[in-house]
Amino acid sequence: MQRYIIRRLGQSVLAMLVISIVIFSLVRVSGNVLDYMLPQEATQEMYDLVEKAWGLDKPVHIQYLVYMGNLVQGDLGESGSFRGKTVSELIASRFPSTLQLSGFALLISTLMAVPIGVIAAVKKDTPLDYLGKIVALIGQSAPAFAIGLILMWIFAVELGWLPASGKGGIKHMILPGIALGWFQVAALMRLTRSSMLEVLDSEYVKLARIKGVPEWKVIWKHCFRNALIVPLTYMGLIGAVLITGAVVTETVFAWPGLGLLVIEAIITRDYLLVQGVVLFFTAGFILINLLVDIVYAYVDPRIRYA
Amino acid sequence: MAAIDVPGRRAWGMVPGLLRGASKARRYPLLPIAILLVLLVIPAIFADLIAPHDHRIGNLDDIKMPPFWVGPDVSVKEVVESKTGKREERQGQILLSDAQRRAGIGEATVVGGSPDQEVSVGDEVEIVSQRGGSTKYLLGTDKLGRDILSRIIHGARVSLTVSLLAVVLGGGIGTILGLVAGCFGGVWDSLIMRLVDLMLAFPSILLALVMVAAIGSGYSTVIIVIVVLLWSRYARVVRGEALAIKQSDYVARARVAGASHMRIMIRHIFPNLVNTVIVLATLEVGAVIILESTLSFLGAGIPRPTPAWGVMVADGRELIIANWWIFFFPTMAIVLTVLSMNLLGDWLRDRLDPRLRNV
Repeated sequence: MQRYIIRRLGQSVLAMLVISIVIFSLVRVSGNVLDYMLPQEATQEMYDLVEKAWGLDKPVHIQYLVYMGNLVQGDLGESGSFRGKTVSELIASRFPSTLQLSGFALLISTLMAVPIGVIAAVKKDTPLDYLGKIVALIGQSAPAFAIGLILMWIFAVELGWLPASGKGGIKHMILPGIALGWFQVAALMRLTRSSMLEVLDSEYVKLARIKGVPEWKVIWKHCFRNALIVPLTYMGLIGAVLITGAVVTETVFAWPGLGLLVIEAIITRDYLLVQGVVLFFTAGFILINLLVDIVYAYVDPRIRYA
Repeated sequence: MAAIDVPGRRAWGMVPGLLRGASKARRYPLLPIAILLVLLVIPAIFADLIAPHDHRIGNLDDIKMPPFWVGPDVSVKEVVESKTGKREERQGQILLSDAQRRAGIGEATVVGGSPDQEVSVGDEVEIVSQRGGSTKYLLGTDKLGRDILSRIIHGARVSLTVSLLAVVLGGGIGTILGLVAGCFGGVWDSLIMRLVDLMLAFPSILLALVMVAAIGSGYSTVIIVIVVLLWSRYARVVRGEALAIKQSDYVARARVAGASHMRIMIRHIFPNLVNTVIVLATLEVGAVIILESTLSFLGAGIPRPTPAWGVMVADGRELIIANWWIFFFPTMAIVLTVLSMNLLGDWLRDRLDPRLRNV
């Protein structure tokens, strides 16, 4: 087990390093960043001065090493578009919003998907099952912004029940939360359903039924808990999709999180901010995958030796 | 009680059947194919012939017209004089200056008066706050007076070309790399698969955004970005299949007969992969359309004024409160296209390659 964890940890660090190099060089490709940051009438001396101050006159690999050295100390540089704020400060101020929204979306989608999945399995080939299938199909076919806008139009504009955008109380979270969680509902529901169907078909469930255990007890005690292992491990991967979804959903609902920050940074060509936020996101993504793998290996010993 | 035939109950009785029919739709490819033809393929090919209006230049006299079935939004208000110069109209009232301005542009008429009667205090005026739709613009117009139907028709061209090019290029590269990894193994295999792992370890939309920021947005950028994101999925599946096929007897016999690695790869392994690749391609087209429209929606995809569906949705988003049709129709175009593509892909998979169930 220990060896497995160490190996996965090493792989993750390696992936993170490669990705940081990729992002670093991609951001550098976009031309001279100073063209966007300095006023048009800036003189050559000003260019030289800023270049020197920011270390942009050094070769790219030195710049990268300097950046990574600062990164280890928690310094991601200074934002160009938000005057006087460091990238770390901006991430720290926006991250709680994203975490809050993603957590809420995860909660909603789990609360919706798991019961529907169980019911769809128990009542296989009934209208309820078909309804579940249709919801899943729509969930996989509609982009996040489409779901978000249609929800906003129906519930905020036409019915006026919920606020359309911005951040506030729990009411502000409902629409973006559902929009973000929708795709998850589809995937999680199908997983729960198929996993539940598999367990319902197993020998020990048949035995329980023969023994005369009441049906609700068979379903919720014998099947449900065993069927939950697969969807639970999948939940980790959801984190990844939530990150991707956050960028879109936060833009639709003007939710002041990291996703909106990265869009703002790209539009204003704030290269240090783009680099910082994307690295932060990717690190979170890789960390979640790592944790999921470790939990998975803990639950299913066969994986450790693969 | 239950035996009484309530009309409403009979209507509800149809619901289970409808749900059943809808969820079984994936067994019949005709419906998705029909939707795709009507929504995507025919408009994309014949856009110039069937689009009723110019999709680039709008008519500024007809901005924000609703779809043809929506009637005008009319309210009757009493004209009042402002005493303090501030706005102090109450419910059902309108200031004289406001009413005169609106009468000037034909949005207000005096009730029971002649069309060109001057508005004065105490009159009742009919205010048209939203003009009704006309059959000239079936799905209405946007804020620049451009016909939405024509723009959706031309947008189909963008969606179709981007998704076809991206899937062919990404699928081609992914298939070749997957074949090489699966057939030759060794260094090639570990090199390519590490790269695949790396691609999958990256949140796709972020990579796409950074790439767009790096090379600037445009048609070719969108295609490049999608190809970069797409090839790894093909490579992984194709490699797995190739490894399995390599174990089969006929490959061993071909080798004994003296066939070269290259010949085995092309003549013996690849033909057995074609079904997988086709199914994967159909399943990925939907994902590609979603990715393209998401990038366009975020302002990092197809640049304006090209009428990509994602761009149209982004334009409509600002006007969602007063003019719902501007965002709604392009959104539905995306959703229906992707839905039919997924249905078609499911059907093809069940037909050609049921092992791909979990892809």
